[in-house]
Amino acid sequence: MIRFEDVSLTYPGADAPTLHRVSLALPEGDLCLVVGSTGCGKSTLLGAINGLVPHFTGGTLRGRVTVAGLDTAAHRPRDLADLVGYVGQDPLRGFVTDTVEDEIAYGMEQLGIDPVAMRKRVEETLDLLGIADLRRRPLVELSGGQQQRVAIAAVLAAQPKVLVLDEPTSALDPTAAQDVLSAITTLVHEVGLTVVLAEHRLERVMQAADSMIWLPGDGSARFGTPRDLLAESTVTPPLAALARIAGWSQVPLSVREARRRAQAEHLAPAPVRPAPEPDGEVVLRARGVEVRFGELAAVRGVDLDVHRGTVTALLGRNGAGKSSLLWALQGALSCAGEIDVAGADPRRLAAAEARRLVTLVPQTAADLLYLPTVAAECAQADTESAAAPGTTAALLASLGVDVPGGRDPRDLSEGQRLALVLAIQLAARPPVVLLDEPTRGLDYRSKSELHRIVAGLAADGIAIVISTHDVEFAALASERLLLMADGELIAEGTTAALLTSSPAYAPQMAKVFAPVPVLTPSDVARGLG
Amino acid sequence: MVAEGTEELTSLHPLAWWCWAIALGLAVSGTTNPLLLALVATAVVAVVVLRRSGAPWARSVRAYLVLGAVVIGIRVVFQVLIGSSAGETVLFTLPEVPLPEWAAGIRLGGAVTAEAVAFAVYDALRLAVMLLCIGAANSLANPRQALRSVPAALYEASVAVVIALSVAPQLIESAQRVHRARRLRGDSAKGLRALGAVALPVLTDAIERSLALAAGMEARGFGRTRGLDTAGSLPLMLVASMAATLGAFLLLSTPWWAPATALLVGGIAGVGLGLRLAGRRLQVTHYRPHPWRARETAVAASGLLAAALVLGVGWLDPAALSDAALAWLAPAALFPTTNPLVWPDLTPVMLVVVALALAPLWFTRARRLPAVETVRRDRRVRSLRAGAAPVPAAVRPAEALLEPEVVG
Repeated sequence: MIRFEDVSLTYPGADAPTLHRVSLALPEGDLCLVVGSTGCGKSTLLGAINGLVPHFTGGTLRGRVTVAGLDTAAHRPRDLADLVGYVGQDPLRGFVTDTVEDEIAYGMEQLGIDPVAMRKRVEETLDLLGIADLRRRPLVELSGGQQQRVAIAAVLAAQPKVLVLDEPTSALDPTAAQDVLSAITTLVHEVGLTVVLAEHRLERVMQAADSMIWLPGDGSARFGTPRDLLAESTVTPPLAALARIAGWSQVPLSVREARRRAQAEHLAPAPVRPAPEPDGEVVLRARGVEVRFGELAAVRGVDLDVHRGTVTALLGRNGAGKSSLLWALQGALSCAGEIDVAGADPRRLAAAEARRLVTLVPQTAADLLYLPTVAAECAQADTESAAAPGTTAALLASLGVDVPGGRDPRDLSEGQRLALVLAIQLAARPPVVLLDEPTRGLDYRSKSELHRIVAGLAADGIAIVISTHDVEFAALASERLLLMADGELIAEGTTAALLTSSPAYAPQMAKVFAPVPVLTPSDVARGLG
Repeated sequence: MVAEGTEELTSLHPLAWWCWAIALGLAVSGTTNPLLLALVATAVVAVVVLRRSGAPWARSVRAYLVLGAVVIGIRVVFQVLIGSSAGETVLFTLPEVPLPEWAAGIRLGGAVTAEAVAFAVYDALRLAVMLLCIGAANSLANPRQALRSVPAALYEASVAVVIALSVAPQLIESAQRVHRARRLRGDSAKGLRALGAVALPVLTDAIERSLALAAGMEARGFGRTRGLDTAGSLPLMLVASMAATLGAFLLLSTPWWAPATALLVGGIAGVGLGLRLAGRRLQVTHYRPHPWRARETAVAASGLLAAALVLGVGWLDPAALSDAALAWLAPAALFPTTNPLVWPDLTPVMLVVVALALAPLWFTRARRLPAVETVRRDRRVRSLRAGAAPVPAAVRPAEALLEPEVVG
């Protein structure tokens, strides 16, 4: 179906080719995963399938890419629109119209499909993805998971043979991600589509994959079955890590498979010791925090104590009020209730003083960056924080992420940019640091870097609150956990106790070894040792 | 959320709404009578509130009301500070700044008269109500929907407008987000420095969004059904539009009305044919095109009739009218005098104009509001996040003032 023949791709001005002599042949009806660390060329590979690379992005393509026999060099993406459906990273940015129905019809209108046939296909597509009840809703009012399904429906309506998806679940909470993934697997199994999907978080999707393309980062690509490739790749979802610990040559792709094998081999790790109740002083105390947007109460009556030197994860659905709570705690969003950080209320302080008490790294960290070089940003942060010159640069170095000072901040990878913004925010030496969805778009290596950084900060006595959708990261990095739903704090406790008791939020290791409470592969390694 | 099946009854062809609104704007441009202006504005707001949909763009009318108030405010402030002081009813006197000889004719401060202020208010009110009419069209019919109905030959131009329409609210949304984020960095810089700090991330974001949109359109086949033979349509359209212009010129400025009308009609027909020919090369189809029914004609006609009435009455020569006609039509009442200041008159014709502005209420039905709001409106919450929904600054949900009150 999709054939790459000796494909090399070099972007203008790049030193090395992004893809180097890639050859592979993807059979029809496969669900193929594309994995690799950030910046290894996943998006480039996906774009090459429908010709967006190089027709739209520029660059030099050598070799041949053919889809169902059509050469992408001779066919522009618009000519392949009824053959390849492409959904980009942020579906909202790719939407052309305002409402669900119009968006689904848009592609067909461009292809000049007869209005009667179009009417029928819109209905079929709405049903196929289970979004018929959303048909007249404005796109901007949909939740992230709904938007993603509409985006998929919009390209499916043109009845393509191939569906290309770039990180379809990276911004979604576990339940919404599950909805999208099950829609995709239905398409593969029931409709016979060939799906190529790039993803950072493999936990849920790898069990459905037939094949895998691993981009190690040197421009080459390895094509094979997920079991074989995951055993050697640097991309290590929890089950792959477990396979390495247990010495299995093939990686189990689902929790069920891993559980059976672990039981057959009588693997029984010792349960983790739950983290002790925090005994440090309370650095952030919030009582009855309430955030309202007009009629809507985004956060209602949240009581919260954050202790010195702890890492707290904040989980909850998209729209549960996590971001609003963090912004309110920083004092940047007006709210009712009491907030007390080291004896002061950040809401009553000027911005520069509030961030000496609580600092927030927002979800779009790039919003804080506006200078041409990393070094200039660091120098600016020193003056803003009234710190000695070089403080921020030293902090950045101490975070252990290599960020060249002469680089433009906009050219950094997600992980590097996060480290830079974190260093800028830490320059104010706050006792409390809030991170809003830092794991979005991070690969496994960057996430473990982030874990290391967070653990280091906590050891220095800083209290950290991280909102995230990534259960595995929460299991790895946090000791306390807050669960939010519909603006309320519904559970609070140790990560081990809360995560192992919840079916929706249990990390994979907890599911594999239930009822023994273990959270991460390293817990298992320790427990077996 | 609109329940299935209700669409047909409540929705009107977007061009009908635009026609009604623009015609009312034209009508308003022909008068400074504050009573008429206020009544038309009230009628327009009433139609919007009772007939708009629940979509986000339907909430923009408040922004236009605010804009109108700003227009009036600015005009009055300028009038007070540097306007002339015609009339005798002095309201108050500002200290006057003496200006040198060469600046004669310009006055700073001095006596502020009721007549001058009234004149400024009347004039600004006219502009404000015209703006309100545009806002009403925006709220009642999504501009993108309206652009879908343009002739296919103008397709590329309308796509450019559509993209501009989607970028503008996104720019506002990212500006708000970045501005909020600046506080996190403790940066309270004002003026040019702050502008740079906000503008750079906002522009980067806007460019990235536009590229993503362009990639999405390309990947979904935009521009694919183009490039068929169009020879002949461009010369035809050029010649025909020149003929139409010449015809209009002759009709208005010379007594040869017969050849002028022939030229005008022939020219318009030629342009229509040219547009049709050019549109044929583009084989874009339309999903569920809005039908143009009697209801649409009625709404558009009520607006056009209102415009014709006001402009027509204003065009009449009072000297040529009989006393009875003068009493009924009263062309002078459209432009009430402010010096001396008199209470403006309301004539029967004006009441007809107001009734015509309200006419769409009879021709359309109210949107059926769902009894239970099934989905949380968490757009503003989501606007805190990346890639958030475009939330134009002025478009805030749940405006108590303008929330529809009529159900069913």
